[in-house]
Amino acid sequence: MSVNETVKFGRSKGFFETFDRRPGPIKKNMHYCPGCGHGILHKLIAEALIDLGMRDKMIVISPVGCAVFAYYYFDCGGISVPHGRAPAVATGMIRANPDSFVISYQGDGDLGAIGLNNFLQAANRGENMTVCFVNNGIYGMTSGQMAPTTLVGQKTATSPYGRSATNEGYPLKVAEMVAALESPIYVERVALTSTKNIRAARTALRKGLTYMREKRGFSLIEFLAACPVNLKKNASEADDWIENNMIPYFPLGRFKDVASDRSPIERPEPVFDKEKVVEALFPADSGLDWRKKEAKLRKELRIKCAGFGGQGVLSLGLMIAEMGQSRDINVSWLPSYGPEMRGGTANCSVVLSNNEIGSPIVKETNLLITMNQPSMDKFLPDLLPKGLLLYDRTNIERPDTDRRTYSVEAGRIAIELGNPKCANSAIMGAFAACLRGIEQVNYEEAFEEAIRKTFAKKANLVNLNIEAFRKGKESVKIENVN
Amino acid sequence: MSISMVKESMSFNTRKLLLKGNEASVYGALLAGCECFFGYPITPASEIANTSAEFFPKLNRTFLQAESEIAAINMVFGASAAGHRALTASSGLGISLKQEGVSYIATCELPAVIIDVMRGGPGLGNIGPEQSDYNQVVKGGGHGSYKCVVLAPNSPQEMCDFTFKAFDLADKYRTPVYVLTDGVVGQMLESVSLPDPIGKKPLPEWALAGTAETRRNMITSIYLDYDDLESVNLKLQAKYAEIMRNEQRYEAYMVDDAELIMVGYGIISRLIRSAVDTLRSEGRKVGMLRPKSLFPFPVDALRRLVGNADSFLCVEMSNGQMIDDVRLAIECSKPVRLLNRMGGNVPSLEEITGKCGEILK
Amino acid sequence: MSGATEEKFRVEIISDECKGCLRCVNACPREVIVPTDQVNMMGVVYVEYADEGCIGCGACFYACPEPGAITVYEKKK
Ligand SMILES: Cc1ncc(C[n+]2csc(CCOP(=O)(O)OP(=O)(O)O)c2C)c(N)n1
Ligand code: SF4
Ligand code: SF4
Ligand code: SF4
Ligand SMILES: [Mg+2]
Repeated sequence: MSVNETVKFGRSKGFFETFDRRPGPIKKNMHYCPGCGHGILHKLIAEALIDLGMRDKMIVISPVGCAVFAYYYFDCGGISVPHGRAPAVATGMIRANPDSFVISYQGDGDLGAIGLNNFLQAANRGENMTVCFVNNGIYGMTSGQMAPTTLVGQKTATSPYGRSATNEGYPLKVAEMVAALESPIYVERVALTSTKNIRAARTALRKGLTYMREKRGFSLIEFLAACPVNLKKNASEADDWIENNMIPYFPLGRFKDVASDRSPIERPEPVFDKEKVVEALFPADSGLDWRKKEAKLRKELRIKCAGFGGQGVLSLGLMIAEMGQSRDINVSWLPSYGPEMRGGTANCSVVLSNNEIGSPIVKETNLLITMNQPSMDKFLPDLLPKGLLLYDRTNIERPDTDRRTYSVEAGRIAIELGNPKCANSAIMGAFAACLRGIEQVNYEEAFEEAIRKTFAKKANLVNLNIEAFRKGKESVKIENVN
Repeated sequence: MSISMVKESMSFNTRKLLLKGNEASVYGALLAGCECFFGYPITPASEIANTSAEFFPKLNRTFLQAESEIAAINMVFGASAAGHRALTASSGLGISLKQEGVSYIATCELPAVIIDVMRGGPGLGNIGPEQSDYNQVVKGGGHGSYKCVVLAPNSPQEMCDFTFKAFDLADKYRTPVYVLTDGVVGQMLESVSLPDPIGKKPLPEWALAGTAETRRNMITSIYLDYDDLESVNLKLQAKYAEIMRNEQRYEAYMVDDAELIMVGYGIISRLIRSAVDTLRSEGRKVGMLRPKSLFPFPVDALRRLVGNADSFLCVEMSNGQMIDDVRLAIECSKPVRLLNRMGGNVPSLEEITGKCGEILK
Repeated sequence: MSGATEEKFRVEIISDECKGCLRCVNACPREVIVPTDQVNMMGVVYVEYADEGCIGCGACFYACPEPGAITVYEKKK
């Protein structure tokens, strides 16, 4: 260049000066075949990065496909990702850092076949990203197999007799499909063929990127592009083919542009302040005074609570665990889950111990609380010879057992109190009474605390459950003292 | 109560919460400064997503229900590439789907934390507890010669602590770290005391942070040149050797004079501990070696024990996957037997003590 | 138009960066980019500027898939 001239069109600063990441001796050229549409688009992107001032914050995601090495070229952040996953990776990036910009660069196999769901879902979430979709109607990188966008009749390595609408269906109209979604803000299809079309493509790209800069959301620009090598044509013939065959099926134009209706996406700064983190993780009333009320159990209690799903047996177990926790007893609770869940019965294992708890799965049971007949039949055989059985007399027949047995009309108490759901608190009252018998310690206060805590968010239920608890405690009946 | 006691009871790490294992892992992650959770629901890991959905937004951090496990791991890939701590969680079949992504993350040398709450397999299997993801998690699992650090908690407390620790290890070694546990540990609830929260970490210098300084960073796992890819592999192998030297974790229980040493991780280790107590009370010399890290496997500890013990018993909820590592560790110098259940069944205490009785008789 | 006239624009084609796809040739409205019979270091028959007649439209630059093969210069006034 002489001193009396300026560059009007020339190598963009959006590209590296030399492509040092590219192995081999060629450091100024890209790896694409002669006449390839990818190269044309790369130049538009590089130029826009500079002109729109987006280079420092931009990360271009290289797909699997011929553009896999895009990061060799752009002088901005680069990452190569699994086949079809660019929109998911982009989502992770911009959610983690909403101030960065991401171009998800994808081919038709990458976006339209293996990655269609990831692409559509990112579009549908309205992620603040620009997808540059290169529709060349072919799998370029793997040497010319059929793509979702291959035209009917088009011969490829895997459609040697031509794509058939009955075998492979019609080509996928990505732009139309995305435009039908509510979230995306801008969808346009352009072609990298004639000068006129390339100019329109340039404008569309800049529009999408500008919207991303303004954080307005998701843009898709579909670029019809030539893969002369796999079309077995020269560049000019390939362009003619696009214009005469692709464009009639994939019409060019703007399918959607609603950016002006959308306000910028704002994501607040993550909180790391220690106090605030503690505040968020600890309920206000939790764990404050557990230390001052220690209690010793005479031995480990392995408890099984069982009943029908809706009877609140799981929360019965939880309240027992809460009770233990509030007295600094080691507790574990394990809900029935997995194969046992079949058949509509629910049960949970609760272990209370002064020692480290081994298995949280209660098989050999010290204390069995049953609230319906099937669970009685199922779990009674597991009750240890010295174990204690407590059951709801409302709906269970008196079992034929020599185990120490207590009963309470928990269901009836609850119905009389006007809410069948508090049967579990009633049976817990009876349980508290039994426990007093075994342990010679009165845990009733702790049980009532557990009820208050459990229903902390539903104040109207606290009194009801306390009342059920007390009624259950008072009306427990000794069936068999063994 | 003295003043100092009041203070202590108010301080963060002396307060205890009753948490499910799955919930506790989310607390661990948040306290470790994890900024993003991406996941897809699956029993028995779903509470990890549910709890994340509740707490991440409270701290303006990202919770996003991904469209699939594949999407979730790739979102983690993206967040991690951007330099932020990110978590995903799943079980069995979901982990199978993540494997391609994990292989990329390992090769790109990015940190990531993945929780696997194992369920019954193969196929759709069931939601009962199993340990049959051992091979697919501990041995790499996806394509290529990579490995992930694998921690194996056996309680809600450890679900919290190990998840917390997992983020440090992931950063330190720039590698994916798994927290591998089973449905029982995920579902069970116990008292958990929480670690102090850590503040925001500075962004790593390799991050794609969207800044002028990091503009020329790149993250890739494609190396066309065979020698280049071989050196990447050698570098990874050197890293794994270093991890093997530094990070073996285990718990040894009553092993010193043990004639029979049981080996088991996760929920099984708690059963084994009870079995050891029972058998010891009968005067039988048994002990337990519980791997807390599965990669690196506690090879050194096992080798030290080989001299004293007559034999080993692996207890597993799978067809016997960890047993290979035990045999390798002791170079088959002593008999290694297997007691296993599958399909969601957890071996009972009696099965374990009974098997020990048979072996010791 | 003749070589003697002051040209406002000038096109430079770096022959070693040309892949010979002829996109620029097809794009130029003035038909002032032409194929050569020379082969560059990549083994490609490259194109060249005819040395006059460019109107500085940039069509060749945007049509060319290579980053720096074509540069269009404008003379300062
Ligand atoms: C999981 C996976 N499956 C298959 C491949 C092989 N593969 C590489 S590129 C490609 C097709 C790319 O086609 P397209 O997305 O249209 O890109 P183009 O090369 O045409 O630009 C395939 C199938 C892969 N890399 N990963
Ligand atoms: S195969 Fe096709 S898409 Fe790939 S670089 Fe060559 S021309 Fe471009
Ligand atoms: S700038 Fe326009 S006129 Fe000049 S050579 Fe290029 S295409 Fe032809
Ligand atoms: S468009 Fe570029 S690569 Fe193609 S012939 Fe012209 S200068 Fe060469
Ligand atoms: Mg393609």
